[in-house]
Amino acid sequence: MQNRIAARFDELVSRDERALVCYVVAGYPDLKTSEEAIDALVVGGADIIEIGIPFSDPIADGPTIQAASYSALEKGVTPEKALRLAKSVRKRHPELPLLAMTYCNILVRVGVEKFMAHAKECGIDGFILPDMPVEEAGEYSQAASKLGLSLVFLASPNTSEARLRNIVKSTSGFLYLVSVYGITGARKSFEGYTLDAIRNVKRLAESKIPVAVGFGIKTPAHIRLMAGAGADGVIIGSAIVDIMSKSSSKKKMLKELVDFAKSMKRACKK
Amino acid sequence: MLGSYPVAGKFGRYGGKYIPETLAPAVEELESAYEKYKNDPDFQKELSYYLTEYAGRPTPLYFAKNLTEHVGGAKIYLKREDLLHGGAHKTNNTLGQALLAKKMGKKRIIAETGAGQHGVGTALACAVLGLDAEVYMGAKDVERQKLNVFRMELLGAKVHPVQSGSKTLKDAINEAIRDWIANVNTTYYLIGSVVGPHPYPMMVRDFQSVIGHEVKQQMRELQGKLPDAVVACVGGGSNAMGSFYPFLDDQDVMLCGVEAGGHGIKSGKHSATLAAGSQGVLHGMFTYLLQDERGQVMETHSISAGLDYPGVGPEHSMLKDAKRARYAASTDDEAIEAFVTLSRLEGIIPALEPSHAISYAMKLAKEMSKDDIIVVTLSGRGDKDVQVVQDYLDSKNRGKKKKHAK
Repeated sequence: MQNRIAARFDELVSRDERALVCYVVAGYPDLKTSEEAIDALVVGGADIIEIGIPFSDPIADGPTIQAASYSALEKGVTPEKALRLAKSVRKRHPELPLLAMTYCNILVRVGVEKFMAHAKECGIDGFILPDMPVEEAGEYSQAASKLGLSLVFLASPNTSEARLRNIVKSTSGFLYLVSVYGITGARKSFEGYTLDAIRNVKRLAESKIPVAVGFGIKTPAHIRLMAGAGADGVIIGSAIVDIMSKSSSKKKMLKELVDFAKSMKRACKK
Repeated sequence: MLGSYPVAGKFGRYGGKYIPETLAPAVEELESAYEKYKNDPDFQKELSYYLTEYAGRPTPLYFAKNLTEHVGGAKIYLKREDLLHGGAHKTNNTLGQALLAKKMGKKRIIAETGAGQHGVGTALACAVLGLDAEVYMGAKDVERQKLNVFRMELLGAKVHPVQSGSKTLKDAINEAIRDWIANVNTTYYLIGSVVGPHPYPMMVRDFQSVIGHEVKQQMRELQGKLPDAVVACVGGGSNAMGSFYPFLDDQDVMLCGVEAGGHGIKSGKHSATLAAGSQGVLHGMFTYLLQDERGQVMETHSISAGLDYPGVGPEHSMLKDAKRARYAASTDDEAIEAFVTLSRLEGIIPALEPSHAISYAMKLAKEMSKDDIIVVTLSGRGDKDVQVVQDYLDSKNRGKKKKHAK
């Protein structure tokens, strides 16, 4: 059976749309609100939701997501609670592709396959693990493929062609291209090397696997830029967490998220 | 043969490269540069020049006669890394890596530091080799170790206080890794211990192995045989790995790593990763960690900031499982007692880190015969710790007086 992520990309390609992937930290600012935020983003047009499972040492994340993860941990959010959130989202959105983003140790602690199997029961379709390069992927890839889960690998603008070929072969669901040299976090602008990287990765990925670009994207203009270079989707994280941390009231924040997703989704359609 | 690890970047199942993809090219570049220069006679000659003429190697292997008589057991020798330039063994590694970075054409060096010893070691190596140094240090540690912050600044380094997470060493490493990701094309990350992704644990061990090689040679000259035991403290584990490595395949030499027992293992307030930890992934490596049952890395405690780290070098994890080295813990109290004892008996003020090793060696010496020989690596000098020890002893004395008053 084709998993929800691949099905969604097929559907979007047929409509000539780019995928809008939205990231929310589970339990930030609290579990209930993060769940409502996911609903708001879906209403606004998010195609895929990434649920961040907070980890104590998120080395690939910038200040925005670090602070949100730290706050969630302080409030007692555990991987189990994050997965229960996924389960609840799954009940209301049977077709929504749901990814878990976290760091290796969260899986290793419980056992990689055991954790993945439990996540699948809770409605998760795949994993993104930013500290797991292809060299260390063996156990993770095996478990994911056995369970029919996607394992999304990351590539970077400085990834060599040889590594890139390996990543294209290993990734499933889509390939996550990191837009910049750096960690997550909203940016004002992008340099030419980002667009070159998109073109290069697309050339190697051919039509085998969709390419979504993330890190720093926060405006419709950014999305049009990435789409223009050939990206099949964009991933937005810190900009969403920013909205969630700055709004004066929950009601206002949820409305802002709907509007934000709407404007982003519009840019995903040509 | 345990001495032949790492194989394919791993020490048995430990080690590896759990890093974001952006760092993969940098780590590959480092791996091939290190392979090249490791066997380059000119590089080795230059490093040896700095270690000898600038840093003061070889360091003495001193027979602690008074301590030995006081304990009444095996002979205790001290490997005097406290006499190395910079005041600790850290300089062996910082000179090695800074020289390598220079050969690689990297001008900007970043480093993490806990108590500040590795930061100082990095700052002095960069100063003498003409490189720019920036050091990440937890905001809490900046507050606790003001003197070392000033030393680093005096040596021309820029110190960045880290406000994230627990604001200590592990967060300083996180922040240094983030900097490295953002500036990967121009920056060299100079890790201070046998931790991080491959090739760091191997490379830092190699640079620190000068300790063990000298011990071996000095022991042969002094006693015509190898020591019966080598004892060293373990935080990340670089002075221990450097002391142990040349002896790995000498099965008759007992190797003992001593971790920080803090307030005692049972209290939960300690940094004894190998004694009380479980396997996991942190800072690019698979190794033993202090973590909760859900995989969140825990905050650690030790009176010595240099041992206050929730992970440990992957090679130590392998040696523990293979039972080639034994790992014990000394508490804060025991370390302080050893600190005072060595100061009084030998006129040597040790750093708090090796005070843990000295404490354990004193116990071990009692169980061994008078013909046996123990070498303790005295990894650093204690000037940086006198304030902490004074405060500790003052508060103990106040506690005693209160008891008497009752």
